Amino acid sequence: MKKVAVVGYGNTKFTKDELPIESLLLESTKQVFDTTKNLSQDLIDGVIVSTNDNSKYLGAILSELSGIKPKISHTVEHLCSSGSSAVISGFSYIASGLVDTVLVTGADKIGNPGQILEWDKSRGEYDHPIYWASMFTKAHKRQFNTTDEELALVSAKNHKQAIDNPNAYSHKPYTISEIMNSKNITDDLRILDCSYSCSGSSSVLLASEETAKKFTDEPIWISGIGQKTNSASFTKNELTTLSSSVIAANDAYKMAKITSQEINVAEIHDAFSVCELMAVEDLNFTEKNTSAQYVRNLFNTEDRKINPRGGLIGAGHPLGATGISQIVEITQQLQNKAKKRQISNANIGLIHNMSAAATSSSVLVLKS
Amino acid sequence: MNKFEDELKTGNFVTSECNHCNRIVWPPSNYCDNCFREVNWRKVSENGIIIEFSKKEHDIFCIAEFENKIRIIGKLDTEINMIKPGQIIKLSKCLLNGKNRFFFSLENNQ
Repeated sequence: MKKVAVVGYGNTKFTKDELPIESLLLESTKQVFDTTKNLSQDLIDGVIVSTNDNSKYLGAILSELSGIKPKISHTVEHLCSSGSSAVISGFSYIASGLVDTVLVTGADKIGNPGQILEWDKSRGEYDHPIYWASMFTKAHKRQFNTTDEELALVSAKNHKQAIDNPNAYSHKPYTISEIMNSKNITDDLRILDCSYSCSGSSSVLLASEETAKKFTDEPIWISGIGQKTNSASFTKNELTTLSSSVIAANDAYKMAKITSQEINVAEIHDAFSVCELMAVEDLNFTEKNTSAQYVRNLFNTEDRKINPRGGLIGAGHPLGATGISQIVEITQQLQNKAKKRQISNANIGLIHNMSAAATSSSVLVLKS
Repeated sequence: MNKFEDELKTGNFVTSECNHCNRIVWPPSNYCDNCFREVNWRKVSENGIIIEFSKKEHDIFCIAEFENKIRIIGKLDTEINMIKPGQIIKLSKCLLNGKNRFFFSLENNQ
């Protein structure tokens, strides 16, 4: 299998603006061309689009708008983890030797149709993500005695970290008390414990080892990948563990030949506060039943190790862009280019991206 | 639309079941997810147990499990302080009106 690197990237600001999906896709693609040395259209072999938008043929449309005539072009949809799934597709085309360079661009509009999985009839009329998030939260409170204050810590930390991310949807700091007293969506969920579906676009350029040096002196290697789909129905899930994430993480660690303790920085899928508490345990950053203390310690010491760009809660969640935006952040961290968000001596980073209440998960390990 | 939705429209909660594998096929599907033979359809037993619950404004919603396998989310007609996971509920009504809707009540004497 050939080695594959991230050699370029682009990221738009995440906003409430209602922009055409094609314009969003083009925006972060343009940034890849603006910021990657020696890049010209004829050097791109593949264009993969990640989105939940209902528009068709977006791989070809983005290629045409960008003047690219790729060998491979198509769209990837996998709800909230469309972005990481598209990057893994691009990785595979290069690793197999089929092509040398792939542009992966993800975008979604505010109000995109990826939030509701209509097929899942088992959710009854309770089909919005707030309902599974409420069940996760209630079950976590029950099993681990998790408090509203501990949940609010996640949101306070991620909103605070998002202030230094120029592309984040939110730049407002919130106190723990403000979060705890924010509007009750349900008895177990406050509005500031939720990520916000918004408009945005993110791109990465992937290249083989032979091609990478043409575009960058600091390639960031995709060294570990794990993916797992347990089901599509939420109601089949366990409620206090993200079991697909556990499996995906173990596979990614094995492929990268690392342990979780070697990871310096991670972007994890905090769709709701409880998801970060679950993920830091399920990715094995901390032991079971210690996640609240782990996050409290990060918050108190201003350690940005988890979700330095602000996570989904702080940065916003344009579904098709999210996984790619997470990869852009970890790439910047490993290149020592994350400015105010920079974690010192970051050599190994992780991306955790999941869909539909963790019925499926993707985990990637990146190395400098 | 499959048999599940046809029946739900008339107020019946049915599941698919594979007689060959002797197992419930859930979520509802026309073919067994193990052997791919055609399924049979039958009514789900009335009683289930509460797996987890929460509340939005005045509505209590819960995941209920029937026959150790079939899980659905529906509205539970009771007071919040009366509920805990593991309690037995009864499916009091189900219908299809744009979305699937399930209504539960607590079984008596709990």
